[in-house]
Amino acid sequence: MKLNLAQWGNKLHSGEKTYPIVQQRKRWFLVSGVLVALSLLMLFTKGLNMGIDFTGGTEFRVTDTAITEPEEARAVVAELAPDETARVTILGDNDVRIQIGVLDEDTAQQTAREITTQLAEAYDVPEAQVSFTQIGPTWGASVGKAAVKSLVVFLVLVSIVMALYFRAWRMSAAALVALAHDLIITVGVYAATGIEVSPASVIGFLTILGYSLYDTVVVFDKIRENTANLTSQHRYTYDELANLGLNQTLVRSINTSVVALLPVSAILFIGTFLLGAGTLIDISLALFVGMAVGTYSSIFVATPVEVALRDNEERISAHTAKVLELRAAGESDVAISEDGEVRVGAVDKGRHQGTAAQPKRKKRKG
Amino acid sequence: MARVKNEARRALTWLGAIVVGLYGLLAVGVVTGGASMTPSLALDLAGGREIVLTPVLAEGSSETIDQADLDQAVEIIRRRIDGSGVAEAEISTQGENIVVALPGNPSEETVALVTQSAQLQFRPVLTVSYDPTATTESTDEASATATDEATDDASAEPSASAEPSTSETAEPADEASAEPSAEASATADASAASEAPAEGTDPSSLEWITDDVQAKFDALDCTDPANLSGVTPGDPALADAVCDETGLVKYIVGPVEMDGTDVATATSGPEYNSQGSLTGRYEVRLDLTDDGGDKFAETTGRIKDLEEPRNQFAMVLDGVVISAPSVSTTITGGQASITGSFTQESAAQLANQLKFGALPMTLEVQSEQQISATLGADQLQKGLIAGLIGLVLVVIYSLIQYRALGLVTVGSLVIAGGVTYSLIALLSWTIGYRLSLAGVAGLIVAIGVTADSFIVYFERVRDELREGRSLQAAIDHGWRRARRTILASDAINILAAVVLYILAVGGVRGFAFTLGLTTLVDILVVFLFTHPVLMLMAKMPFFAHGHKWSGLDPRQLGRDTMYKGRGRVARLDQPTLAERKAAAAAAAAGGTEAADEPSETVDARPEGEDNR
Repeated sequence: MKLNLAQWGNKLHSGEKTYPIVQQRKRWFLVSGVLVALSLLMLFTKGLNMGIDFTGGTEFRVTDTAITEPEEARAVVAELAPDETARVTILGDNDVRIQIGVLDEDTAQQTAREITTQLAEAYDVPEAQVSFTQIGPTWGASVGKAAVKSLVVFLVLVSIVMALYFRAWRMSAAALVALAHDLIITVGVYAATGIEVSPASVIGFLTILGYSLYDTVVVFDKIRENTANLTSQHRYTYDELANLGLNQTLVRSINTSVVALLPVSAILFIGTFLLGAGTLIDISLALFVGMAVGTYSSIFVATPVEVALRDNEERISAHTAKVLELRAAGESDVAISEDGEVRVGAVDKGRHQGTAAQPKRKKRKG
Repeated sequence: MARVKNEARRALTWLGAIVVGLYGLLAVGVVTGGASMTPSLALDLAGGREIVLTPVLAEGSSETIDQADLDQAVEIIRRRIDGSGVAEAEISTQGENIVVALPGNPSEETVALVTQSAQLQFRPVLTVSYDPTATTESTDEASATATDEATDDASAEPSASAEPSTSETAEPADEASAEPSAEASATADASAASEAPAEGTDPSSLEWITDDVQAKFDALDCTDPANLSGVTPGDPALADAVCDETGLVKYIVGPVEMDGTDVATATSGPEYNSQGSLTGRYEVRLDLTDDGGDKFAETTGRIKDLEEPRNQFAMVLDGVVISAPSVSTTITGGQASITGSFTQESAAQLANQLKFGALPMTLEVQSEQQISATLGADQLQKGLIAGLIGLVLVVIYSLIQYRALGLVTVGSLVIAGGVTYSLIALLSWTIGYRLSLAGVAGLIVAIGVTADSFIVYFERVRDELREGRSLQAAIDHGWRRARRTILASDAINILAAVVLYILAVGGVRGFAFTLGLTTLVDILVVFLFTHPVLMLMAKMPFFAHGHKWSGLDPRQLGRDTMYKGRGRVARLDQPTLAERKAAAAAAAAGGTEAADEPSETVDARPEGEDNR
């Protein structure tokens, strides 16, 4: 498998094998467009299932109990907080989570304490094994606000950094489009599946931003390198060189994604099967979805968008026209396969050229 | 060649020095106490109670809460908690909120201490007792001078010169030991009353000292920290026995005459004399409201002629006397200045305390979380298992992908792990950082991010090999390009971490902290370990000749011949010139012609790609 992947990588690098991702960008734009539209639709119709950290509420958690009967908890809540309906979830093998709404402010402390005692009794564990979290509605709102604020600040700063780094607004714009794409789809997955959004998931969302950009930066770096002397040659178009760069970084993209996803999957696995819902699983789920989407977008969204933007640039479009013109006239020595694909990178195998290989006289086109 | 080696060795030496330095520092910390080899854990891993409080102003108040007020509130809560005997409580501000983390399962009383609001009261001093063991000077013997509208006016001057503050504060210790004992016994004799006096009695009257109050006063031990914080202020309508902030003085004070609502604001600054020049001392200026000014005039008018110490009024914040200046004139106009042996710092502190006391602020519980110790331990354990599994998976994958080169990844991850661990342990010692579950998640995610930078580097080197460079040149070129990419992406990560750390609240910060920290460690390791090690490895025949298990085998990368320049092409399966010579010297044989291989490899790369 290794050998195949290495050979595959070699072929991708030399241009022997190329996936026409940039050329087929309309197809990928359509796919992404549909996904984004679906995500937005889910977001606005179904909405996110915000956790009690955002809405306010009270959560109890009984750890390490032999009894995992939801009814026990419901009975306790019905007795002590009759206005509340308890949502009881069994986590893992022996944890029970009980969620109720915001308790009456004046007696919240006391009620919470009583419920804790009763739960400990009902589930036959020492009181020390019952945890509780109580969150006021205003605090929840402020947590949400802080998250949105940091998102906006981060985006602004990142736009500045990207613009400085690439010194080309089109690349920054394309990177940000990919970023928005990742974020919307990840949030869309949360909306569609109805998985609870906690502050930890928000951490995950925000980390995706960094990761998605990271991936895009690597691809763009290679494209920049390939197209640095674009106008001094008339063999390949910008599209083709960008596509080569994309293909050349494909192995790296896959490797980095796998390596980044492995630890995240480990958390997700442990979280799901051993620990039950909590900080770890919330972070890792968001990261898992986001990283997967992020890898996709750095390949199928960021570069195609960048090329689409670039093609509108006069310099580039003039160059492309020139290249195609030469090619049509048969004056270009590029290898074109049967299905009309241009082989970028290595041309045909060398042959002896005789005097043709000698330096040409000046003022004649080479 | 030697240059490369030296460079690599120097980098590795630096890294070694940094690692030894970090652990050495940690060891010093452990030996001298205070530090621990293991990082301290946050509440969600250690178990305990976390309470988030938001200061809320009374409705209609036009005041604003600034950082100084928050710090003051934190200070008051800390003193209360420390006084109650709960160890290792962590109280901090986050944005506009105050986060109190109490270990274990604190009692309701302790929790109540946190949420109770601090009150500022002005009470007349009835009697004073100095701690006989106290030898340090008591710094709070300030006195109020009348500084009404005509503050700088010469007319205010006589009072300033008449008041005894300078002499008092100059030798507070002497006076402390000499005078008060007599005073205290005298007042004790005088106050035989066992019942609270009727309403309308002069608040400075010694009749307020009932048997109860006297008993409390006698029993009051101001060296006990419990009495220096969070003391529930006694009935405002009765006398009470309270301690001084420093624990050196105890007072019996009369009923409350004014409270925080009567104070408009308080400021501190250098003291000016009547000529408007600096005296070199500091003062605290107290601005009262109209209502407060009237009350203050009444109080000062009454007590100015009383004998020591009844000419003092005590400012009691949260049940502790923060200042008890003596008064020699009636202070009208609602402005007073407190002078005495203030330093700039102590003046500012008193002003802050008074200003804080003036705020109509209550602390509202926003969220409360009780984590049982078993849940915390469970989460830590599972988190570590998850991290271990993630690490093992990454190691396996990189060994499959990069073979021997994968070992560099493993080594780099180990070094990164070691540095990160020591940094976290050091930070929990120096700045009190506590590792939370979100922080652990950040560390696990960082494994992937750190490994990513190695992959970017290795892939780059492989790319260069594919283009036909020798390993040395490939590492050189690959490094120069990968460095840029790694720095750019790490910069973005750090940016994300900083933004999150500054703006977000709660658990998000713990995550941002570890993410930022590990990103920095990543840069350190890539520059000081991964790259130097690769440079050194390029010298080893195993890698330089592209052994098939080295992960840098040009044949597997699609190259079996290499253009060496000047029309020469080298085949990798053939020995180099140096080796040939060595072989020839050894066996007087061997050595094949290398120069007349077909120049197949001098092929076209896309133009514009090979531009250096």
